[in-house]
Amino acid sequence: MTQLLELADELGSLALFADLSHPQLESVAHAFEEAWFAKDERILREGLTGTGFYVILDGEVAVRAQGRDTAVLGRGAFFGEVSVLLGEAPSADVVALRTMRCLHMAGPALHEFLLAHPAVMYRMLLEQTRRLRTTTRARG
Amino acid sequence: MAASATDRNGDGRPFPPGEYPLVVVGSGPGGLQLSYSLRRLGVDHAVISADPAPGGMFRRFPFFQRLLSWTKPYAPVERGSRAYERYDWNSLLAEEPENRAVMTGLMDGTSYFPSRAEMELNLATFAERAGIGVRYDCRWEATRREATADGERFVLETSDGEYRCRVAVFAVGVAEPYTPPTPGLDRVPHYADTRPAETYAGKRIFIVGKQNSGFELASGLLPWARAIVLASPSPAKLSVVTRSLVGIRARYLQPYEDHVLAGGVAVLEASIEGIEPTGDGGTLKVTVRPSAGGDAVALEVDEAIAATGFVAPLRDLPALGVATFGNSRLPAQTPFWESATVPGIYFAGTISQGAAGLKKHGLPSNSGAVHGARYNARLLAGHVAEKHFDVPRARRELAPTEVLPFLLDEICRAPELWHQRAYLARIVSLDPDRGIADEGFLPLAHFVDSGGPDSLAATIEADADGAVYPVVYVRRAGRIEERALPGHPLHDFGTDEHRRALAALLNEVGISAAEESSPRPGR
Repeated sequence: MTQLLELADELGSLALFADLSHPQLESVAHAFEEAWFAKDERILREGLTGTGFYVILDGEVAVRAQGRDTAVLGRGAFFGEVSVLLGEAPSADVVALRTMRCLHMAGPALHEFLLAHPAVMYRMLLEQTRRLRTTTRARG
Repeated sequence: MAASATDRNGDGRPFPPGEYPLVVVGSGPGGLQLSYSLRRLGVDHAVISADPAPGGMFRRFPFFQRLLSWTKPYAPVERGSRAYERYDWNSLLAEEPENRAVMTGLMDGTSYFPSRAEMELNLATFAERAGIGVRYDCRWEATRREATADGERFVLETSDGEYRCRVAVFAVGVAEPYTPPTPGLDRVPHYADTRPAETYAGKRIFIVGKQNSGFELASGLLPWARAIVLASPSPAKLSVVTRSLVGIRARYLQPYEDHVLAGGVAVLEASIEGIEPTGDGGTLKVTVRPSAGGDAVALEVDEAIAATGFVAPLRDLPALGVATFGNSRLPAQTPFWESATVPGIYFAGTISQGAAGLKKHGLPSNSGAVHGARYNARLLAGHVAEKHFDVPRARRELAPTEVLPFLLDEICRAPELWHQRAYLARIVSLDPDRGIADEGFLPLAHFVDSGGPDSLAATIEADADGAVYPVVYVRRAGRIEERALPGHPLHDFGTDEHRRALAALLNEVGISAAEESSPRPGR
């Protein structure tokens, strides 16, 4: 269980929100909803529309395409933004590898949230750039 | 009526302590609906409640005595029909005509929204007419597990003694007042302790929280308060913007209009840093820090109220292993409302919102309200009956030519689909060995994740722009494909365009529908 004030403290320890003041963190804690997933539960489903944006608080997920895990994400990582920003259904499943507690934001709310929190958008861009570099190196 | 519902110990109350196949805790709408549905399926069970009478939270709240959820006396369909449930958010579900649409018959015609007293009477009337046995004044106090020769039992310790059961269902509401650990807030009355409105006459009132309970208080206090400030860190969400039950409902928007028209109500986006007495005539100093940045601001007020929400009163269930999450400390649940961490423990009523479903396009279920939770409870009864008591699920074989008119009628009229959009779905199985069959309703999350025979799942969805449209999920060889059908400005999904689109989809899965001869769904 997490109440909002405690959640705001917890958010401050994640890289994505590291640049925010405490009042901003409280506001962010209000803007997200907490969600909980059991081991093996699917969070994103390949081909199904209308997904959301997730930030992992506890636990791990696998990005699974054609039955093969292509990435494992843990505390502080985020996922779902690609589908939301491009308006496309996910091209892979995201599955909880063990019980997973996370923050959820409905897809339609993400655009406005990022514009209102450019520091979060910048951190997200940094992480996406790292992921792109990793992918490029792996192919290169 | 099961034998166990009779008076066993002479004090006039049913279900004395002892062993039962299943125990339901709670006598609000969730407990009553579940008990009714279990009894229809022949599942013997006990119902216990700490309250002296049925009604749950509606015995006390809303504070200002008028509900948020409507019942429409004059609807486009016949009162008491299944389709009428779409327009009546407050009656419980029954098969007998005399037990249907109970709410409608009890409203005095002065409002689209029943009064709290009318809602309480609605639930009491349903319980009485349907003969729902409840052991009232029996408080669930603690829970443990006990190994027996034929498997594990839950032991529910109550004020009347111990109940043993293989399956326990908690329908105890989200009713325990919660106050966050903001300095000084523990000395501020909670929403649940609000005094009569007239005692706030001429006062400056600070309300912590900008959800429905805060705006309900602000609405009710508008004619009494000298000034009202509502504050919380994030902007107020409005239901007409979120297009869901999330956000302040239209009935409580008057204080917001006062705010935007500079009429004397202030709605602040700010975190509350502390509340302390000024030492001057009982007034309070409230320190807030704007979320947008800047210095803290001190406000002097006469009264403060913490409209900071409620949590699920789960007692020692977390210690038993029941995982909880979120601000309301909801139990984490499977799509069938079973604890995700303690099998055999289930949840009904508003707590069933802990099974979030797919939340497609951000749209939440309506499980937190009666008009959503009542369908969850009916499905839960069927699921528990099948899983734990070997009662087979009802299924009805369909001829290929029946599938098109059947599904068209469901997407036009099924209240389950309209109230629980993208959450519940009507299932038609296409198993070559067993034939085509209507399999009733399933949680959509279960359908898309569970695997199974080739099937169709029809539901209603809504996108971020507010468009409402039917969707059919097609499961073939284990793979799920999502197929949206056209929307309609008046939400009429029985048009020729819909018929053609659905016929084409059915044709793809090998059902040749004689669509030209099938009648248009009834209106």
